[in-house]
Amino acid sequence: MTLMKSLMGAAAAVALTAGSALANPALIFDLGGKFDKSFNEAAYNGAKRWADETGGKYLEIEMKSEAQREQALRRFAESGANPIITTGFAMSAPLAEVAADYPDTKFVTIDGWVDAPNVHVVGFSEHEGSYLVGMLAAQASKSGTVGFIGGMDVPLIRKFACGYAQGVKAVNPDATVISNMTGTTPSAWNDPVKGSELTKAQISQGADVVYAAAGGTGVGVLQTAADEGILSIGVDSNQNHLHPGKVLTSMLKRVDVAVYNILKDGADLEVSKVTLNLSDDGVGYAMDENNADLVNADMQASVEDAKAKIISGEIAVHDYTSDDSCPALNF
Amino acid sequence: MEKMPKWADVVLIPVISLFLAAIISALVILFIGESPTEALTLMVNGALGSTYGWGYTLYYATNFLFTGLAVAIAAHAGLFNIGGEGQAMIGGLGLALVCLYIPFPHWTIALVVAALGAGLFGAAWAAIPAYLQAKRGSHIVITTIMFNFIAAAVLNYMLVNALKPKGAMDPATAKFPESTQLPSLSEMLAPLGIEFTNTPANVTLFVGIAACVLIWGLIWHTPLGHEIRALGKSERGAVYAGISPVRTVMITMLISGALCGLMAINNVMGEAERLVLNATEGAGFIGIAVALMGRNHPFGVFLAAILFGFLYQGGAELALWTNIPSELIVVIQALVILFTGALDHMVRMPLEKIFIAFRKENA
Repeated sequence: MTLMKSLMGAAAAVALTAGSALANPALIFDLGGKFDKSFNEAAYNGAKRWADETGGKYLEIEMKSEAQREQALRRFAESGANPIITTGFAMSAPLAEVAADYPDTKFVTIDGWVDAPNVHVVGFSEHEGSYLVGMLAAQASKSGTVGFIGGMDVPLIRKFACGYAQGVKAVNPDATVISNMTGTTPSAWNDPVKGSELTKAQISQGADVVYAAAGGTGVGVLQTAADEGILSIGVDSNQNHLHPGKVLTSMLKRVDVAVYNILKDGADLEVSKVTLNLSDDGVGYAMDENNADLVNADMQASVEDAKAKIISGEIAVHDYTSDDSCPALNF
Repeated sequence: MEKMPKWADVVLIPVISLFLAAIISALVILFIGESPTEALTLMVNGALGSTYGWGYTLYYATNFLFTGLAVAIAAHAGLFNIGGEGQAMIGGLGLALVCLYIPFPHWTIALVVAALGAGLFGAAWAAIPAYLQAKRGSHIVITTIMFNFIAAAVLNYMLVNALKPKGAMDPATAKFPESTQLPSLSEMLAPLGIEFTNTPANVTLFVGIAACVLIWGLIWHTPLGHEIRALGKSERGAVYAGISPVRTVMITMLISGALCGLMAINNVMGEAERLVLNATEGAGFIGIAVALMGRNHPFGVFLAAILFGFLYQGGAELALWTNIPSELIVVIQALVILFTGALDHMVRMPLEKIFIAFRKENA
């Protein structure tokens, strides 16, 4: 009796949800949360732009627990959502398991890596973008010491740091790069107070430009850098406007564009593995009226030159994740 | 004379508290413009309405069962172990090392050895704060919470620098070999002819229930349990009775740490089948609420663990299908903790008065 009841309940639930959510795309945000001023928020902005422009609807969920990853994927897939976009490298493993069970559903992983016929992989060459902002940092620095503040000590953030350090050293081989990570728990992605403390610590060691690749923590880094009169570099979204005239530039990672394009393709999305790099403006550095006075023509010319050389292959920026080592920085 | 009958203490008060928490939650949901009845139906259906929901509820509950028992046994000795999170993390590390580097012929053997590994690592992590408390008087609340952060740093270091497969982005170990995979609840129930959706719930649930029974026996039916409770009631009294506080504190904390470590069988070995950075995700802290609500009794802990499993899974369903922000789900969970734990006396005092008045009338 109870079993029968529960089975019927399940069937009813599936029928209900299938009806309401048919063929809408779905977006799964990683643990950092939708409004992290950075990575996940960029994905959200892309989706919002799509929804505003087309009037389309999409399902979304913010991950709160590790076990929810597979659960959310399966529930959305069963409800008929297509495509299902996931953000963050941590979705790779659950995606690899789930994707095979729903061959007709298209999944997207941003920052992850899954080898399956129905998983669209979007990666970014963060090391190249970081290289360019590193060059700017070294040229803007008067003390010859620049800082890097990461969120958690994970390979992705080391990739940012390593590219940055290479860019700095390319301009000034004697420059010192101080690198700190905010914490060891996921709260490190959203800890502006600690970001602020680390910035102060780096300033006391002589840093006069700091680059934050730490999600919401970066807000505290940029704030403190502005208060203390040094320059900072934002990440993922264009954060130049947060403190006009105080933020040297931002390392752009166009997650929003990627999400927007995927949603526009909808269920017709062509599944492939793409790495968005400098040549297709997937990554880059931000220039606008807020930092026009900070980056002079010489600086911009040198960076543009390096950009062209990276695209042509003349300069090879080492990717930390390719061999888990970095020539320019020790972790 | 007791102020009120036992059934009122263990059943009526939690039920009333839960009811109050539900009312306040309903008001909050109403305030943000959603329907409370719809939300409740969604939560109940999503968590208990199908074998799918039950599977997830039981999976979460199994995590909380271990950490809840760990907090409960420490509480009997007057120790407030809030280091469950760190002990579970290090337990997971021990389990991962066992699963990755020892080839097992069958999951039953893997389960026993991995449980040993997880328990030993968890206990070892609890041993240091226990020693500091017993010998040096450093307060266990302070040291255990500090050890949570140290554990997170150790785990992060080990995963990123030692255990992560080369070139992988995710700070996690490789997948454990096939032979260490624990049977899920659906695989176990299939031969009995019961259809159960495939969920993370696995054989660890029964290990957890066995742990409940063992801890119950330990606390109330062994000399050691007597010593633990005596120490918890009064240290001077315990010393007078010839009980060594140092020994008892050490043993209690070792058991408590081992129980937290054992949680790894469920979330690391049973669910993820690899060790990820964020494997424990707060279960160590939920364990405190579970023990508090379960009145530090293993059976109470069992029921409270199921309730929190329900809240977790029901909350996930709420987040999946409504626009109720996920923060609000945390608010609902917090309200339950607040009413059943912290505001216990708010319900207890008037209830006691009612019972006393009732008794006078009858007398």
